[in-house]
Amino acid sequence: MAGQPEKKTVSAGASASYALCPDDFTGVTPKIVVKEQQNVKAGEALFIDKNHPEVKFVSPVSGQVTAVNRGARRKVMSIVVAPEEKQNYVEFGTKSVQSLSGQEVLSILLEAGLFGFFRQRPYDVVASPSDSPRGIFVSAFDSKPLAPDFEYVLEGNELDFQTGLSALAKIAPTTLGISAKQSAKALKEAKNVDLYVFQGAHPAGNVGVQINHIRPVNKGEVVWTVDPETVIFIGRLFNKGIVDMTRTIVLAGAEVNDPSYVKVVAGAELSSIAGGRLKRTENVRIINGNVLTGKKTTLENSWLGAFSNMITVIPEGDDVNEFMGWIMPRFNQFSVSRSFFSWLRCKKEFNIDARIKGSERHMIMSNEYDKVFPMDIYPEYLIKAIITGNIDKMEAYGIYEVAPEDFALCEFVDSSKLELQRIVRQGLDNLRAEMA
Amino acid sequence: MSLRNYIDKIKPNFEEGGKLHALHSVFEGFESFLYVPNATSKSGVNIHDSFDSKRMMIMVVIALVPALLFGMYNVGYQHYLAAGLEMSFWPMFFFGFLAVLPRIIVSYAVGLIIEFVVAQWKNEEIQEGYLVSGFIIPLIIPATCPLWILALAVAFSVIFAKEIFGGTGMNFLNVALIARAFIFFAYPSVISGDAVWVVDHSILGLGADIDGLTQATVLGSASTGAVDAFDMNMVWGFIPGSVGETSVIAIALGALLLLYTGIASWKTMLSVFVGGALTAVLYNKVGPDNAMAAMPWYQHLVVGGFCFGAVFMATDPVTSCRTEGGKWIYGLLIGFMAITIRVMNPGFPEGMMLAILLLNCFAPLIDYCFVQANVNKRVKRINK
Repeated sequence: MAGQPEKKTVSAGASASYALCPDDFTGVTPKIVVKEQQNVKAGEALFIDKNHPEVKFVSPVSGQVTAVNRGARRKVMSIVVAPEEKQNYVEFGTKSVQSLSGQEVLSILLEAGLFGFFRQRPYDVVASPSDSPRGIFVSAFDSKPLAPDFEYVLEGNELDFQTGLSALAKIAPTTLGISAKQSAKALKEAKNVDLYVFQGAHPAGNVGVQINHIRPVNKGEVVWTVDPETVIFIGRLFNKGIVDMTRTIVLAGAEVNDPSYVKVVAGAELSSIAGGRLKRTENVRIINGNVLTGKKTTLENSWLGAFSNMITVIPEGDDVNEFMGWIMPRFNQFSVSRSFFSWLRCKKEFNIDARIKGSERHMIMSNEYDKVFPMDIYPEYLIKAIITGNIDKMEAYGIYEVAPEDFALCEFVDSSKLELQRIVRQGLDNLRAEMA
Repeated sequence: MSLRNYIDKIKPNFEEGGKLHALHSVFEGFESFLYVPNATSKSGVNIHDSFDSKRMMIMVVIALVPALLFGMYNVGYQHYLAAGLEMSFWPMFFFGFLAVLPRIIVSYAVGLIIEFVVAQWKNEEIQEGYLVSGFIIPLIIPATCPLWILALAVAFSVIFAKEIFGGTGMNFLNVALIARAFIFFAYPSVISGDAVWVVDHSILGLGADIDGLTQATVLGSASTGAVDAFDMNMVWGFIPGSVGETSVIAIALGALLLLYTGIASWKTMLSVFVGGALTAVLYNKVGPDNAMAAMPWYQHLVVGGFCFGAVFMATDPVTSCRTEGGKWIYGLLIGFMAITIRVMNPGFPEGMMLAILLLNCFAPLIDYCFVQANVNKRVKRINK
């Protein structure tokens, strides 16, 4: 895809506010524990999970809570904090991970609000601390289009990363999946973890694919998954005693001038990151995250998502009218199918816009999903079971092993243009409600 | 772009509350026919592959064009051959063109009108699946088939093989083959025997009227005990038969396109041929004592509808097996059944149509076995 980021880091502009959006934490019913105008420190809880009050979600910065924005039916959309000049952190005290037990590590993570970044399979929701997971899986590379190179992000954070991994290993056996292309010492010689090397293009970097290849999730089992950036946060917590959510993300895409890496604190305003760096502001799509799983958003009134490791800006394409597209050769259109003449182009980068380029149909082609779904599952049958709401079949076909993001590539190639990620999310939610 | 402006101008008429709202499906169909829809994604992935079902269907239609063009030429060639007239290329082609064109028009007109009406009635978009079925149907019937029978067959298959199941993608039987099967069982005299394969009258002054013309297909004469010796005309396609089925070369061109673009499964296609060849060899060795069983395997594969069925019908993704392992079994069984019907049942000289329809019925069962194996593996993993 066009708009690859250059390997250089710039600092984001000052952000007037930081925010936490409960929607980013799937499966959590938020209970707000701060009031507007209240002062908070970085690392102080803004909201907790109603069902698991010990799971806290903390402010990335210190300052004043300026707003609790609510949407329809008083659903909390975001909790906004205006940062102070001088940042104050809640002190958790530096600790040596080696001397702690798994339970102690867990309670520190809960207290510092980092446990909220743990996700679990089945259901792909925020993990529950009362479960004892079979294992914890970390994928150290993101194979999605334009995604940041984790080795580059890791530079300077190696020590924290290793501390984080050691902390996870105290809780449950931890597996680190790395790419065959990665050579950083901190990854290849990571200690206290089982190391697996994966080869190939996307979705090799999806943690779900890695779990399926190492040891699939069975009914009744729980595994936790953690982003590599969160591992760095965890390491910092133990090494420095504070919650420091400074991270390096990517600002990329065909509509970005000079795409690059950006150093930023989680929850920053998008305008502070991407403001002034876009080629145009009309007919573009700003994505909080990557092109496959990210959410469409705007520059104003939006904040970097808790799990977003990039901001992507691509053309929206709603101003494009392709004449007789069904028969034209269409040299510039990307497709995995060879029915387009774009394979004739030597240039391998495509400028893909957000058009669906077709309309919804019943499933016609077979084997389309299987080609981009490297798990021991029949995706078509699973999708059909979800559409028909057949719980028994969903279980039998392996819904416990998947997350919506695993279907992102299927959704991209689908010639019937079905909204697969939404369907899978719905299936997981229904199943979770059914099982509760 | 004045056309675009014109479409945008008339668009409100077709939207909810507009005076032509009753025709909104038709409007949408034509709009998306003219321009790629520029609706952008709302949930899920932000980017999509350019490949959609319109593109897929049109690729199949393009793949069918060589078979159609050759078929038109062959219709003329066979006619002039039977009439004993020497002709150059163009008059022959033009004669065939005139003979085949009305059948294409009737097939599309009847089928698409039903599609339009159903789409309108169900408040859905018009599905493009019939573009392919409607193109195939004229190719798998003789050029002499009466238009009213064709219209009846198309209406029957579109309504009862497709629409009552929910439209393209939900049917379990191949729509084009159901149309042919309808003619085959309801009006056998127009699609079997030895009097229907060559046009015996002049069209618009072209050609000649021939009285009492009979010209059997290779399989037709084999079923009565006389095998024509193999010759290259059977590969080139200069033999009597249904319009599009005769030329192996023209079908091969289409097959190359379908395989290259990945629209047809090479597994299905290959296994149909392998299954057919093995079965034919088997009957050569131990078959009953009849001419059909003695026919060499390569001749079995090039005559009749075997190639056309293997390339364009067995690979229909909707009605064939959807699991990769299942495709092998599905294809092998089609090849086996097609040759078996030819050899074992002298009443049906051609077995391809029935073989594919039969396996269409069994495809879900084959898939079930493969999916269930996966499910059992999952269950075992828990119990371990």
